[in-house]
Amino acid sequence: MDKRVANAEAVIGRVQEGATILMGAFGTCGVPENLINALIRQGTKNLTVASNNPGIDGYGIGALLENRQVKKLIASYVGSNKFFEKLALNDEIEMELNPQGTLAERMRAAGAGIPAFFTPTGYGTMVAEGCEVREFNGRPHILVPALRGDFAFVKAWKGDRWGNLVYRKTARNFNPVVATAADYVMAEVEELVELGQLDPDGVHTPGIFVDAIFQGTNYRKPMEPGPKRKRGA
Amino acid sequence: MAAEMDKREFIARRVAQEMRDGYYVNLGIGIPTMVPNYLPTGMDVIMQSENGMLGIGPYPYEGEEEPDLINAGKEPVTEIPGCSYFSSADSFAMIRGGHIDVCVLGALQVDEKGNLANWAVPGKMLRGMGGAMDLVAGTRRVIIAMEHATKDGGPKIMKTCTLPLTGVEVVDLIVTELAVIEVTPKGLLLREVAPGVTPEQVQKVTEPTLLHAPDWKTISA
Repeated sequence: MDKRVANAEAVIGRVQEGATILMGAFGTCGVPENLINALIRQGTKNLTVASNNPGIDGYGIGALLENRQVKKLIASYVGSNKFFEKLALNDEIEMELNPQGTLAERMRAAGAGIPAFFTPTGYGTMVAEGCEVREFNGRPHILVPALRGDFAFVKAWKGDRWGNLVYRKTARNFNPVVATAADYVMAEVEELVELGQLDPDGVHTPGIFVDAIFQGTNYRKPMEPGPKRKRGA
Repeated sequence: MAAEMDKREFIARRVAQEMRDGYYVNLGIGIPTMVPNYLPTGMDVIMQSENGMLGIGPYPYEGEEEPDLINAGKEPVTEIPGCSYFSSADSFAMIRGGHIDVCVLGALQVDEKGNLANWAVPGKMLRGMGGAMDLVAGTRRVIIAMEHATKDGGPKIMKTCTLPLTGVEVVDLIVTELAVIEVTPKGLLLREVAPGVTPEQVQKVTEPTLLHAPDWKTISA
C-alpha cells in the first residue's frame, strides 16, 4: 500500500465546484498551506469551508477567501480577518458560527458514525434557534447534527506512506478531527518518513483515515503577535 | 480598592485567591490572562488552552517563539515540564465533559440568574463565540472577571442581559474592582466589597438588588 502522491497538485483536481472541505488549523498554526495554495491556483469556486477560524488576511483560508472561492464558511471565530468582515458585511459570503467544541464534536461525530448528538452548549443562545431541545438529568440540551466533508485538508508534522500521521505541539488542533470526517482525506506533512520509522505508540492519526499523503514545501508559518519576555527580566 | 493598584490587577489578584493546588483552569482573554501572575509560589495550577494544550508556560523570550506553539489567543507561548498536547476534540471533551475545575472569563453583561453575555459586541459584526459557550456550559465553576460598570458608567450586572447570550444560568462568581458577588438561587449575594467602598456604592452601579451576606468582608487582594 502506498498513499503517497507527488504534491498537492496531484490530488487537488478531485475537488470540484460546490464541494465541502474540512480544514485543520487554529489561526496560523497547523495550516495545510500546500493544499490551500494548490486550491487557489486551481480556482475552484462555491466551496463550503469548515475550519475553526479563517486566520489572518492573505494567508491560508484568508487567501482562499480573497480569491473569492468560498461560498460559505463554518467557523467558531472570524475576528482578526478584515477581508472576511468586508465580505460578510456586503453579504458576499455565508457565515455559520458554531461554538468551537460543538464544531469539533460535529466532526468527531461524523467520523465516528454518529449522525447527531445532544449538548447543553449553546442552549438558550442564538445558536440554539431552530434546534430540538430535550432534557437530560434535569438540564436542557440541544440536538446538533454531525458535520461531514467531501474532503479534508490535514497538516501534520511527520507521516509515512500508509498515511500514519504525527502532529507537533499545538499545530495538532483540528487536524486529527477533520482527518476522520471526510470522504477523501488529503494530508501534507513536513517530513515523509519510511514505514516503521514512526513509533506506533506515538501515531496520532492512524493511516486508515488518510487517502493521500505528500511532503509539503516552503512552509510560511507566519506568527500572530503576542507579548514577549525580555532577557534578564 | 488601593488607589495605586490598577483596577485590572486588583481583579486578577482577587480571582487568583479562588485557585487551589491541582486545579485545571481555562482562562479567557483580557483580565483572566493576568491571574497566573498572582498565584502563590509552589501552587500547581495547570492552564488549559482550548486549541489543545495543558501546561502553558510563560510568554517566550524575544526570538524564541515557535510557530507550532500558540495559546487560544493565538499568541506564541512556551510549555512547562509535564505539558501535554491533544486535538481540539479531546480538548473540548475536557471542557464539555466537566474535567476543567474553573474557567475565568470576561463579560459584557451578567444577570441575576447567572446568564452571561460576552461574545456579541453591540454595533459590531458578529465575530464568533470561539470556545466560550462550551466553557460556560461544561466547566465546573465559572468565574467572571470584569470591570463593574461600562466605560460610560452604565451597569454590566443586569436584571436581565440585553445582549446575545453565551450561556443560561452558568455564572457562579463575579469579581470586579468593587465587589465579589456570588450567583445564588435567591439572587446575587454581595460577599466582599473593595477597601474604601460601601455596599451602597456597589448597589448604585448594579441593576438588580444585591442580597448582603451577613458576614460580608472587605476584599484583600
